[in-house]
Amino acid sequence: MAIFTSSLAAPISQLREEQLRAARLFLLPMIGALLIVAAWPLLRTIYFSFTNTSLTDLYGGEFVGFDNYINRRELKSGRVLWRGLMMDPQWWNAVWNTLYFSVVSVFFEMVFGIIVALILHQEFKGRGWVRAAVLIPWAIPTIVSARMWGWMLNDQFGIINDILLRLSIIDTKIAWTASADTAMTAVLVVDIWKTTPFMALLTLAGLQLIPKDIYEAAAIDGVHPVKTFFRVTLPLVWPAVMVAVIFRFLDAMRVFDLIYVLTPNSKATKTMSVIARENLIDFDKFAYGSAQSTMLFLIIGSITILYIWLGRVDLEGGRR
Amino acid sequence: MKNLRHIMMLPLAAVMSVQAAEVSMVSGATGKDLEFLRERGAIWEKQTGHSLNLVAMPSSTTDQFGLYRQWLAAGNDDVDVYQTDVIWAPQLADQFVDLTPHTRDVVGDHFESIIESQTVNGKLVALPAFTDAPALYYRKDLLDKYGKKVPTTWAELEATAKDVMQKERSAGNSDIWGFVFQGNAYEGLTCDALEWIKSYGGGQIVEPNGDISVNNPQAVAALNRVKGWIGTISPDGVLAYQEEESRGVWQLGNSVFMRNWPYAYSLGNSDDSAVKGKFDVAPLPKGDGSGARSAATLGGWNLAVSKYSKNQDAAISLVRFLSSTAHQKESARRLSRLPTIVSLYDDADIKREQPIIPRWKNVFLNAVPRPSAPTKVKYNEVSSLFWSAVHDTLSGNGSAADNLEELEVALEDLRGSGW
Repeated sequence: MAIFTSSLAAPISQLREEQLRAARLFLLPMIGALLIVAAWPLLRTIYFSFTNTSLTDLYGGEFVGFDNYINRRELKSGRVLWRGLMMDPQWWNAVWNTLYFSVVSVFFEMVFGIIVALILHQEFKGRGWVRAAVLIPWAIPTIVSARMWGWMLNDQFGIINDILLRLSIIDTKIAWTASADTAMTAVLVVDIWKTTPFMALLTLAGLQLIPKDIYEAAAIDGVHPVKTFFRVTLPLVWPAVMVAVIFRFLDAMRVFDLIYVLTPNSKATKTMSVIARENLIDFDKFAYGSAQSTMLFLIIGSITILYIWLGRVDLEGGRR
Repeated sequence: MKNLRHIMMLPLAAVMSVQAAEVSMVSGATGKDLEFLRERGAIWEKQTGHSLNLVAMPSSTTDQFGLYRQWLAAGNDDVDVYQTDVIWAPQLADQFVDLTPHTRDVVGDHFESIIESQTVNGKLVALPAFTDAPALYYRKDLLDKYGKKVPTTWAELEATAKDVMQKERSAGNSDIWGFVFQGNAYEGLTCDALEWIKSYGGGQIVEPNGDISVNNPQAVAALNRVKGWIGTISPDGVLAYQEEESRGVWQLGNSVFMRNWPYAYSLGNSDDSAVKGKFDVAPLPKGDGSGARSAATLGGWNLAVSKYSKNQDAAISLVRFLSSTAHQKESARRLSRLPTIVSLYDDADIKREQPIIPRWKNVFLNAVPRPSAPTKVKYNEVSSLFWSAVHDTLSGNGSAADNLEELEVALEDLRGSGW
């Protein structure tokens, strides 16, 4: 990015031009790969969503317009029914679940991430080890950690119930992943546990960029540490946090693996990705599932644009 | 000269590959299945010279189906032999080889109804490996201790479970529960709930002629009865249990009753089991009201050959081997799997070693099929709507009456102009 901005300001020399050409050349394989693995499947999914394709006959679908999204059916009795994705309560339930999951998990991950980052930013003995250890939840593959938590949360032999019982916090074993009231909480806890290190790491990187002399100046002026945090640290680290939040939010919006392993089929936790997969594969409604995937893409896309616009996030790292 | 040697080698290589093919088979292993299959596979390898590559799958049938569906849709030739649930035949029929011409000599040995369930439009999609009909497992020792009879109705089961559980708990056995079953939201709950509803004379969700029958007072009564168990005689967690979780609780000796398939019989009697020799099985209890009967959902697994397989002959030979009388006898003796071969129910060895099997002939012959035949490719969605409605009811999310009424509307929508 830096190359382009500076090259606009200065007259383009021959050397610059050569560099630009080389840069484009280097980008080509990347663009080619993206076209194949991202653009093509995306376009194909969008195309499928306008057909009546089924999984048993992928190439035999016929074009049906917007029928998968919304269609009007007149019954023999003369009653008119509006059907399709836009009218599907299960879909909107999944949209709500996804938004709820994303907002809550990202909020807590942000708060905990900042706290962890502040601690890791301090000088103490064995800091390197702690920094490495904190990353472990992030390094474990989601499938593995979901399965692990599934066992820990098990109602009969799970360690969580055992600990809570011994501490007399609960008096009967709770079926965390089974009951609709606690399923979402269980999923949130696991996700927050898993992704807080990511937020902490990006925030820590931001913290380390803040020059020390600002703190020295604040200390000399006798500013209270809490005030220093809110007036100095937070504003300066905020752009980095915002970038981390948007990465996490995009990731959270398409959450699949954790929920698929921990609470499959529970209506309380079904997200857009889970329900799209179910229609694509299990229900022989490939086109309908494609419509859901397309909507998922549109929703995530528009939220991202809105977020960047509202939050004025500068993805280059500075604040506008 | 070198080239010439290559050319001369070619036909030889071709012959070799026909003789010794590697056949890949997927299997959703529960219990000791995988170990058993490996051992039996070795015998087949020796007989035919082929080699067998077993691929272990998740134990949830819903998960397996999702995977198989994707592989078959993609024309994947990595897997030659699929182990298929009894309900899948209509949905996957197009992707499998017609076994009719390859099995003419053995098809007559199997129960006709099972062969029929695997035949779609005259095409034999899969050859049966074993059949399944669930049982009520009960703790003989505990019932004797408190002078109880084996329950024949759900009401009796509830009362007995409550009583035994309370007495055992006050005697210091704090982990004991009354009844465990499969309450997770997945295909297994469809099986369990179909039994409850059918046992109350409440029909079988969608009748063989395609009528949607699930919204009726008997079905509501059945679900209300089960709802009363959650948190009283059954742990709350039962709503997340599949077969293996309920067997886990049972085999640790922590439940008076269990609903499960016959495979749990031999595992419960294995050496490391806390309930070894302390339990027996009975047919599932009846409901109340007119038309009440004992109902068992028909299960069972079959073997199908992918039409994308490059080693179809070897694959068919494996399928024939794994559904043969000899193999089914072994799996009945060792794993208490119900054979699909009629003559094995009179086999003396099986009778002696797994007494459940001859007793189960009538249970499975009267078993209730899930509505996969009338609902065809829409079966999975029917099942998912049904288990969601049941799971909602059991977890206190809406009343049985409301949920079944909504389910009826959803099923009517799904049916549209016809299944």
